[in-house]
Amino acid sequence: MTSTAGIAPANPHDSAAPAPRGRKLTGYWLILPAALWLGVFFVIPFYSLVSSSLFDPNGSVLTGYNMTWHFANYVDAINDYKGQLWRSIWYAGLATLACLVIGYVLAYAIAFKAGRWKNLMLVLVIAPFFTSFLLRTLSWKLILADDGWVVGFAQTIHLTNLLNFIGLTGTDDRLLATPFAVIAGLTYNFLPFMVLPLYASLEKIDVRLIEASSDLYASPMRGFFKVTFPLSLPGVVAGTLLTFIPAAGDYINATLLGNTNTKMVGNVIQSLFTTQGDYAAAGALSVTLMAIIVGLVLIYVRTSGTEDLV
Amino acid sequence: MSQLHESTTTDRPASGSRDLRLSGLTKEYAAFTAVKSLDLVMPQGSFFALLGPSGCGKTTTLRMVAGLETPTSGAIHLGDTEITYAKPYKRPVNTVFQNYALFPHLNISKNVAFGLERRGVKNVGQQVADMLELVELTSQAHKKPAQMSGGQQQRVALARALINQPEVLLLDEPLGALDLKLRRGMQLELKRIQTEVGLTFVHVTHDQEEAMTMADTIAVMNQGVIEQMGAPNDLYENPKTTFVANFLGQSNLIEAEIQGREGGQVKVRVQGALASIPTERAHSESGKGWLGIRPEKVLIAEAGHPIDAPGDVITGGFITDVSFVGVSTQYMVKMPWGQELMVFEQNTGARRMLPVGTKVDVSWRPEYAFLLDASQDAKAGIEED
Repeated sequence: MTSTAGIAPANPHDSAAPAPRGRKLTGYWLILPAALWLGVFFVIPFYSLVSSSLFDPNGSVLTGYNMTWHFANYVDAINDYKGQLWRSIWYAGLATLACLVIGYVLAYAIAFKAGRWKNLMLVLVIAPFFTSFLLRTLSWKLILADDGWVVGFAQTIHLTNLLNFIGLTGTDDRLLATPFAVIAGLTYNFLPFMVLPLYASLEKIDVRLIEASSDLYASPMRGFFKVTFPLSLPGVVAGTLLTFIPAAGDYINATLLGNTNTKMVGNVIQSLFTTQGDYAAAGALSVTLMAIIVGLVLIYVRTSGTEDLV
Repeated sequence: MSQLHESTTTDRPASGSRDLRLSGLTKEYAAFTAVKSLDLVMPQGSFFALLGPSGCGKTTTLRMVAGLETPTSGAIHLGDTEITYAKPYKRPVNTVFQNYALFPHLNISKNVAFGLERRGVKNVGQQVADMLELVELTSQAHKKPAQMSGGQQQRVALARALINQPEVLLLDEPLGALDLKLRRGMQLELKRIQTEVGLTFVHVTHDQEEAMTMADTIAVMNQGVIEQMGAPNDLYENPKTTFVANFLGQSNLIEAEIQGREGGQVKVRVQGALASIPTERAHSESGKGWLGIRPEKVLIAEAGHPIDAPGDVITGGFITDVSFVGVSTQYMVKMPWGQELMVFEQNTGARRMLPVGTKVDVSWRPEYAFLLDASQDAKAGIEED
């Protein structure tokens, strides 16, 4: 990144150095509302979560909870629920991948081909948000119902066989209450979070760059992979994060569309907190999930190299 | 239309058989016609300029040659090969875009190597290095476009196109974004590179000075058609239309009544005085016409003093405005019939500057005058800068 030549380009750090004192204070004032918000709604709850993850595991709602710095909660939580943890990452990953494929095509069409329909299509992308998350997920039960035409059609084109072959459904030709239904629900529910950032970064691309690639002997396909896609990477990264992170912690889709073998870590945490009252295990599992996601995100952002993009 | 000489993008015969020919080229949009039945031959190895105001169709023409726009009708040939409908990535033509269109995610060497790599050329390192040396950017090879100045980006854009050794290099106002001084430098640089590599350059610009400095041939375009085409000095000295007279430099156009031919001259009556124009510079034969004379060809002297010009003297003017611009002085002279003529006088020091209000006579040498059709608008092409 740094220049080897004698004439160095304008370095952003140079100009930032001697800021007058008044300007510095303005910056802090501007940060204050966000800092307060984060303090009240993130730092304090997070502190409470981490401390409950270290409670004595024998505590209960009736007997009360004691802080015993019981780090073994983490070992127990991971040992007991590693299946669900792994499944969450796997389902969320598949849903994110499906969102990326569907969302990229959609965002590309809106950005480059929609013409005067652009705004209408964007409204349609976010229109599902006008109905509740729960209702939308429940209606997928009807869509995927055993006697519905979707199942019938999937059987006709042997999609059910294919899904069974790759292990996303059972042998009974059902779609509902299968891993496929959970992943489909996740894909559907988080698709707008993929489409919008993708659209924002595709829309910014100067079409003259695509013309230039075509002028320089790149066929439309190669031009896409050499110019359009690399330039849309910030949108790909933002979209996949916005999809993967909530999908990995989701429990509604698995509850409504899955079966007992499709439980995700969100379901476990929900049940530990609300029905079993095992705050220690629930807290440990929550913090573990958070650590895994943060770790994955860091690796992802590093390897995608988006910090290099202008 | 023989298919025998199917082009293989880079093989370029040395002879002048690879001229770029546009025949009947037309581009219509829903609301207007951008290019109207254009016929043009751009000889191989020439520096050809398409000059005109914005919206005249010059950029549309260029984009049709590049393949970025499909003609409504007509044909484009490169030598014997028809390329009218060839895909842009299959033409031996490269473009230097107006805003450079450098790929922001690739560094300078990657940008320059782009075309070669897309055509599957291996080991492009040496060629890229040579090209960066040609445009004097060797030390910048690993920078991203955003880290470079406008002039440097312009040179990268040029290198990125030239490295492919296209048969035709298209330049779409490539110097438009540069400041004046840098632009002058780059004009000479481009001309030098063109002479060095010997490719056909087609340069689109609205800057008449730029076109005259660089091009061998200029085609002046207006409203989708070519008004006039020729070598820069021919166009400047002998414009055929009022648009060319005004767009390429400045002109005084004076209403004249054509009296008829007399030897090698056309005689006209200008507000009572008689004037003559060589027949090869007269583009109207009878009735009324515009007598044109370039401001620097007009001589003035204080009323009654002798003027160095055999023939056409008009008396009775007075100076209404004087501006001193260093090398020359520009006078506005109001004539008895109310028209103001522009007069540019070289500051040779032979005479002091004349103040506003001075009564003067004007004259010019008949061989510098030209005569245009009076049906044309005398102000065509003036408002553009």
